[in-house]
Amino acid sequence: MTIATSTELICFLVLGAVVVLGSLGVVLLGNIVYSAFLLGGVFMAVAGLYLLLNASFVAAAQVLVYVGAVNVLILFAIMLVNKREDLKPIEGLPIRRLLSGGVCAGLFVLFFRVVITTPWAVPGPAAIGVGATERIGEHLFTDYLLPFELASVLLLMAMIGAIVLARRDVLEVDVGTGDAVNQGLIEKARTPLLVDKSTP
Amino acid sequence: MVTTFATETSGLVSSGLDLELSFSQSLQGLGLSPQVAHLLWLPLPMLLVLTAAMVGVLVTVWLERKISAAVQQRIGPEYAGALGVLQPMADGLKLLVKEDVIPVRADGLLFTLGPVLVLVPVILSWLIVPFGQNLLISNVGIGIFLWISLSSIQPIGLLMSGYASNNKYSLLGGLRAAAQSISYEIPLALAVLAVVMMSNSLSTVDIVAQQNGAGLLSWNVWRQPVGFLIFWICALAECERLPFDLPEAEEELVAGYQTEYAGMKFALFYLGSYINLVLSSLLVAVLYLGGWGFPIPVEWLAGWLGQSVDAPLVQVITGSVGIVMTVLKAYLLVFLAILLRWTTPRVRIDQLLDLGWKFLLPIALGNLLITAALKLAFPVAFGG
Repeated sequence: MTIATSTELICFLVLGAVVVLGSLGVVLLGNIVYSAFLLGGVFMAVAGLYLLLNASFVAAAQVLVYVGAVNVLILFAIMLVNKREDLKPIEGLPIRRLLSGGVCAGLFVLFFRVVITTPWAVPGPAAIGVGATERIGEHLFTDYLLPFELASVLLLMAMIGAIVLARRDVLEVDVGTGDAVNQGLIEKARTPLLVDKSTP
Repeated sequence: MVTTFATETSGLVSSGLDLELSFSQSLQGLGLSPQVAHLLWLPLPMLLVLTAAMVGVLVTVWLERKISAAVQQRIGPEYAGALGVLQPMADGLKLLVKEDVIPVRADGLLFTLGPVLVLVPVILSWLIVPFGQNLLISNVGIGIFLWISLSSIQPIGLLMSGYASNNKYSLLGGLRAAAQSISYEIPLALAVLAVVMMSNSLSTVDIVAQQNGAGLLSWNVWRQPVGFLIFWICALAECERLPFDLPEAEEELVAGYQTEYAGMKFALFYLGSYINLVLSSLLVAVLYLGGWGFPIPVEWLAGWLGQSVDAPLVQVITGSVGIVMTVLKAYLLVFLAILLRWTTPRVRIDQLLDLGWKFLLPIALGNLLITAALKLAFPVAFGG
C-alpha cells in the first residue's frame, strides 16, 4: 500500500465517522443549537468526501451553499428566537419516537439493500478533475436547463414569500392568523405592553 | 487526495523554477523514495506561507499603529525597537501570557471552538495566493472559488462565539457580523465572477497570467474599474474594517462577539482579522492589479537586455521581482485600508445593509452583464 492510498483510506474513515456520528448527534442531541452546529460539521465532512472523489468544484459548492448559506440561516433563525422556554410536553412522545425510529430504520434497510444489490462498476469512470467546472456548466445549460430554471422560479417564490412575511406592516390583515394588524405594535403583536398587575 | 491538489501546469504556464523537483531530487540522492521525499516537501511551503502570513500581520499591526498616530498627529510606538517595530511582538507576547478566561455561564466547548473556526478558513485561503508563476502552495483548479467558499465558513465561527459567550452584546455582535458577511459575500462573488469570465479560468495563476500581456496597461483594473471598487468595498466589509466595523462597534456593543474573550483566544480573533486584511489586499492585487507582474513585463526587459527568459539568473530575478511586486501592491492597499479606518466614520447597520443589498448588488449584476456583453463584442480586449 502506497502512502497516497493509505492517506486516502484514513481520510475516508475519519470523514465517514464524522458524517455518521455527526448526523446521529444532529438528530439525538437535546440542545437545538448544538444540533445546528453539528449539521455544519456534517456538511463539511460531506464536502471532504467529495474532495476525496476528486470533485473539488462540487466540494467547494457544497461548502458555499450548505455551510455558508443554509446552515448560517438555520443558526440565524435559532438565535433570533433564542427563547429558553420549557415546551409543553407532547402526548405519547415515546410512541412517536418509536414510530419515527421505525420509519428511519426501514429507510436505512431499504438503502442498504440497494447498495449491496446494485452491481457497481468498480473502479468508476475516471475523474475529470479541473474540467469538471466547465462540464457542470455545460450540462446545467443544455440537458438540465428546465430543472435549473424551475429551481430558480422556486427560489423566487420563496423570496417573495419571505418578503410578504417580513413586511407585514404593509398588510391590513395578518397572513398567519387573519387578525387585523395593529401597525404600531408589529414587533410584539400579541403581547400586551403594560402587564396588568392588579389581577392575580 | 494527492491528485486533487496536484499542481496542474496549463498551456499558459512556462515551467520555470521548480523548487519541488530539485528538493525531491536531492533527497532521492540521499536514498529516500520519491513518496517520502514528496511527504517531506509538503509541509515546507505551508510553513513558509504561514510564517509569511504571521510576519505580514506583525508588519500590518505596526503600520496600523504608526499610520494612525500620524493621522492623529501623535508619534506612536517608539521605544520597542527602532521606530517601535517590535511593538506588535510585545503585544503578541502580552496576549500569549495573559490568563485564559472562560466565563462561568459560558458554553466552554463552543467558546473555544469559535475563534478557531474564524481563523482556520482564513489561513487555509492562503493556499491559492500566488507570489509568482510557480510560487504558490497549490495551483488548485477551482482557485478563487475555494477562497469564496472558505470565507463563507467564518460567519459560523462568529455566530458560535457570539452565542457561547452568553452575553447580549456578544450575541448581537455575532448576528451583526454574520449578517454583514453574508450580505457582502454576494456582490463580492459577482465581482470575482466578472474577472473569471474575462480570464476563462478560476485559477489564480491563470488570472494573473492573463493580465500580464502588456504590463501595466493590461491589468484588470482598467477593464473592471467598477468591479474593482465593488470588490474593495466588499473586502473591507468582510474584514470588518472601518467604515464597516459594526460587529465590534465600541460605542454600541462594547466589543461585539469578542467582548468576553481574553488572552490567546482574543489573539486568534485579532490575528484572524489582520490575516484576512492582508489576504484580501493580496487578492485585490491578484485579481485587479496584475499580481506578481512588473508594470513593464519582465520578459520584455530581458529581451531588451539580450538575456534568455529561461536563464537561471533571470529566473531567480523574475521570481524575486514577482514576490516584491505582489507584496508591494498588497501593502499599498493595506495602507489605503488603514488610512480609511482612521479617517472615516462608521456607517449605521441599516445604511450598511442598504448599501450591500440595494446598491452594490444591482451594480455588481449590471457589471457582470456588461462584462459579458463586452466579452462577446470585443473578444480581443475582454478575453473572448
